[in-house]
Amino acid sequence: MSDLLYMVLVAPFKDMAGAPAFLVEVLIGGVFAGLMYSLVALGFVLIYKASGVFNFAQGVMVLFAALTLVGLLERGAPVVVALALTVAVMVGLAYAIERVVLRPLVNQPQIILFMATIGLNFFLEGFGEMAWGANVKKLDIGIPDRSFIVRGVQINELELTAAVTAAVLVTLLALFFQTTRIGRALRAVADDHEAALSIGIPLKTIWVVVWSVAGVVAIVAGLMWGAKSGVQFSLSLIALKALPVLILGGFESVPGAIVGGLIIGVGEKLGEVYWGPLVGGAIENWFAYVLALAFLLVRPQGLFGEKIIERV
Amino acid sequence: MSHPAPAGPVLEVNGVSVRFGALIAVNQVSLSVARGQIVAIIGPNGAGKTTLLNAVSGFYHPYEGRIAFEGKDRTRLQPPDVAALGIARTFQNVALFKGMSVLDNIMTGRLLKMRGSFLLEALYWGPAKRQELEHRAFVERIIDFLEIQAIRKTPAGRLPYGLQKRVELARALAAEPKLLLLDEPMAGMNVEEKEDMCRFILDVNHEFGTTIALIEHDMGVVMDISDRVVVLDYGRKIADGPPAEVRKDQAVRDAYLGVAHE
Repeated sequence: MSDLLYMVLVAPFKDMAGAPAFLVEVLIGGVFAGLMYSLVALGFVLIYKASGVFNFAQGVMVLFAALTLVGLLERGAPVVVALALTVAVMVGLAYAIERVVLRPLVNQPQIILFMATIGLNFFLEGFGEMAWGANVKKLDIGIPDRSFIVRGVQINELELTAAVTAAVLVTLLALFFQTTRIGRALRAVADDHEAALSIGIPLKTIWVVVWSVAGVVAIVAGLMWGAKSGVQFSLSLIALKALPVLILGGFESVPGAIVGGLIIGVGEKLGEVYWGPLVGGAIENWFAYVLALAFLLVRPQGLFGEKIIERV
Repeated sequence: MSHPAPAGPVLEVNGVSVRFGALIAVNQVSLSVARGQIVAIIGPNGAGKTTLLNAVSGFYHPYEGRIAFEGKDRTRLQPPDVAALGIARTFQNVALFKGMSVLDNIMTGRLLKMRGSFLLEALYWGPAKRQELEHRAFVERIIDFLEIQAIRKTPAGRLPYGLQKRVELARALAAEPKLLLLDEPMAGMNVEEKEDMCRFILDVNHEFGTTIALIEHDMGVVMDISDRVVVLDYGRKIADGPPAEVRKDQAVRDAYLGVAHE
């Protein structure tokens, strides 16, 4: 018994202290993965805040953005042009979604809108593969996938670039939505559509803005994940990893998405490396969900979620 | 209000009908609201009062007739465009942003008045900061005016119903409307709250010169505060005039006390 406790509670920390450079490498890996989860989760949060819709298609939007980008690069477009065109495609997609999916469903129950995003999910998946092909693609944006060593810590250049990009994007978005009048309008729209309309907030504009931003976030996420592990259908499954992040951070909180992503990214890497051997590995695969389950039991609104106020 | 106000009525509703499928909720109703007046729209349940108000604020569109605001036709506008023209409203069932504080709720009423660069706003810098502070000062004046200082930081959803109605009025006033539409501002209130609300409505009208159209069930209240009363019944207008005249009108008495409809 005491052996087991020692192995779970003491030995891993001794390992950490014994090889600090390695620990730092693991942490960096965790932060990188975490920022990527945050990016995907952020797409969900933005749309959820603005329209109360849980966008089931966010993961596929990441895939679709990456497919579009790769497709354009394959056809010989320079990186900058391909990026600009992909942004244009995602903004166009936002317009189309507002016009075809959201506008006809104004004032419908939220479950209806949720179902609509499931439909959108399948449509985008099929359309993306039809347009760009279903084979696994290599995404090369000119950042070399090589490492350099600082004070004994190995750092991957690609991961570093991705992490910095994600951090900058996330900070900008957080500032934008917390402090500008669009941010206030967004919160108003999230709360009550009719009232928001009556004080002059154009719902349609807000939706297009929000879906466009979610599209741009999807491009960055698709770009980073795609550069690391290739562009293929499984890219859309990282949306599943964003769910525990949302539960941890709270569905309507931008900072929550960031902190939740980091906790899960770092937590699962540490768990995998230091506690993994005890159970034969693969902690990384379920850590996030177990943590989310624990959170649901203890704090269902998440770390930063707004407590639901209901007068009875 | 510094800019010269155009002559003529603020709001003109001309032969407006609204229908939902086979049901005609509002049937060829005409009315006009003169600048500075308080006009009450009354009638039994289901008379089409709220439908008419929704048509004016752009939530419904009439299938015939026209609606003009300050002399310009605006029958087909969407709600945000109507708000941009200077028409603010409240709702029968209170539509506040429940998770936001009272202060933030009222600040949303200023959104249409805000201008400038998002970048500066994000950094809370220079003109953006000045603008935020100016709007904040205006909102504080309204908060004083409606005597809700004590609940400024309270989330709107936690307030009792009577206060929620008052906050909703504050949000509408924050937009400095030319025309204020109130849908049953006193519904569900006790006598004391009703008296307060009456006083606020009259004060708004006197101090800001705001033109007000309101829907109300309570006949006593209506007769006390309005300059003109319009009575709807089964979607049609059955009376229109000063309170004293309307009170004597036989058709109105029938509608309220009940007479067999053929």
